[in-house]
Amino acid sequence: MDLLLPAMLTIITAATPLLFAALGEMITEKSGVLNLGLEGMMIMGAITGFVAVHLSGSVTVAILASILAGVFMAAIFALFVLKFHASQVPTGLALTIFGIGLSALVGQSMIGIAYNGIPTISIPLLSKIPVLGALLFEHDFLVYLSIAMVVAIHYFLNKTRAGLILRAVGDSHDAAHAMGYSVVKIRFMAILFGGAMAGLGGAYLSLAYSPLWVEQMTAGRGWIALALVVFACWRTGRVLLGAYLFGGISILQLHAQALGIGIPSQVMSMLPYLATIFVLVIISRDIAKIKLNAPASLGRAFHPSR
Amino acid sequence: MWPRLVQRQIPSRAMVYLSPVLALFLSLLAGVVLFIIMGVSPLAALHAFFIEPLSTSYGIAELGVKATPLILIGVALSLGFKAGVWNIGAEGQLIMGGLCGGAVALYFYGHDGFHIIPLMFLAGISGGCAWAAIVAFLRVRFNANEILTSLMLSYVAGLFLNLMVHGPLKDPDGFNFPESRQFSDSALLPILFEGTRVHIGAIIALLAVGLGWIILSRTLLGYQIKVAGSAPAACEHAGFSSSKIIWTTLLLGGGMAGLAGTIEVSGPIGQLLPNISPGYGFTAIIVAYVGRLHPLGVLFAGLLLALTYLGGETAQILLNLPVAVTGVFQGLLLFFLLACDVLINYRIQFGQPALAVEKN
Repeated sequence: MDLLLPAMLTIITAATPLLFAALGEMITEKSGVLNLGLEGMMIMGAITGFVAVHLSGSVTVAILASILAGVFMAAIFALFVLKFHASQVPTGLALTIFGIGLSALVGQSMIGIAYNGIPTISIPLLSKIPVLGALLFEHDFLVYLSIAMVVAIHYFLNKTRAGLILRAVGDSHDAAHAMGYSVVKIRFMAILFGGAMAGLGGAYLSLAYSPLWVEQMTAGRGWIALALVVFACWRTGRVLLGAYLFGGISILQLHAQALGIGIPSQVMSMLPYLATIFVLVIISRDIAKIKLNAPASLGRAFHPSR
Repeated sequence: MWPRLVQRQIPSRAMVYLSPVLALFLSLLAGVVLFIIMGVSPLAALHAFFIEPLSTSYGIAELGVKATPLILIGVALSLGFKAGVWNIGAEGQLIMGGLCGGAVALYFYGHDGFHIIPLMFLAGISGGCAWAAIVAFLRVRFNANEILTSLMLSYVAGLFLNLMVHGPLKDPDGFNFPESRQFSDSALLPILFEGTRVHIGAIIALLAVGLGWIILSRTLLGYQIKVAGSAPAACEHAGFSSSKIIWTTLLLGGGMAGLAGTIEVSGPIGQLLPNISPGYGFTAIIVAYVGRLHPLGVLFAGLLLALTYLGGETAQILLNLPVAVTGVFQGLLLFFLLACDVLINYRIQFGQPALAVEKN
């Protein structure tokens, strides 16, 4: 128990940034847009939050700044893809390359500065429950927010009219257009939401998970989150499951060393990437299942005049 | 009155070639804004970035050194991108190629002979191919998205190289630094011009451009690649195997990236280090696009992006600017290029539309 509880707590902190980013990307993809710039939006969220917390001293300001940074990056992507009809794959790649470069530039003066992390909120009474209390009711508010987002997004997609319209746009943009919905507007909103969530995920990395700035500190988490959406078959509950699964895999490294298991750290560090490939293979081999669950217009450009 | 985009009847050929020039101009403009924000004289910065590096013959030679891997990988990637095969893990294939080529160099440490470098090349190409073959296999056999698998494998390759130079390939007399021995002279690429670092890899890159051009315009494979990218349905109808195209383009990309990796370790670096590439594999994606997915274009684009690396280093030395400016500039260039490419299929119209056109 002495080892298990801290391990499970680190799983939660490692899973939260993935959860934010993957949830946002899922909404973007549900609208029919594949944004490969997730990594770039996350890293910009991370550095912006870190700079903001040092300038303002306020966690709230920092998190809002991260969200704005994610939205700003997503807006560039949306402008290119929706207004300029640029191809989604290279535009997403450009966003990632640009984000990694810009964050390194902005973060130049932030290297080596420490931050003591955002405070945890203990829920009264409930957090006093032995073991379970510490596990479930003693986190920073972003963890609670991420779980709340799972519930909210699940409700939004499946129980609201707006969610239905979003899915319709992603499944058949021509039909949605014919019904009088503005495909471009709806996709714009979905992309911005994806950016905001990626920004939040980045903020969690630099403010809570490892509160300092390191160049390229997202280390492929944006790409893992992209794979998580496929793994989840575009379902909210499975995104949650996937994020915690990957959170677990990525902290194995820390705990294997603590337990004195003689596997080189580099091999342990490979695990999340190898696991990503593994789950992609497992899920993707069932082509019928992917076709059934993936938004049918995913990645396809929308030309109303055609 | 906002300008609108109106679809052209036929795509503009002129814009295909003008777009990169326009994009470069816009990136320079954005660079000026960036430098002003950073409080640096834009003229001095642009001079340091784009003029200063080319003011000496040594600098021009360095351009060749940096362009070599970019062109090698860019040529192969452009074939894949043309066919709609998104190998974005060339960085990992480069690392594995460098590692395999380097391992051969270390195996022959202290030996002489003209067989060593060809063997290194062979090992490097095989290493890169093997790494890309995983991607091709997973894509063809299991339908796994090659963007994600190739990228994940890049991280794995980086960690694997790190593991190797910390372990088996570490210099035994190196005071425990994570570096291999310095390669023997027989494993170092011959220098083309005395007093510079430009090596025979530059000639190989030029040959690759020629080879890419022949494949694309003179072979059935090149034709299949073009059809696969522009009309996948027609490709299937004509009986071209999409699996074959995926395998071929990925193996080509992996092989070239692996060769580039070996050239890096046996050329400018001369040993194995935990990090052997400043992101050449990723920058080569931009090279392929700026080069219009055409081998000749890749040649020029490779030189241009090599200049951004060189300029970044010069600006760091002269003006104390962070090296990260290079990455920002490369990202901006790709962005502006994608934006300018809109004008290939669309034209800008000001004022009222002549006929009723759907608003959007």
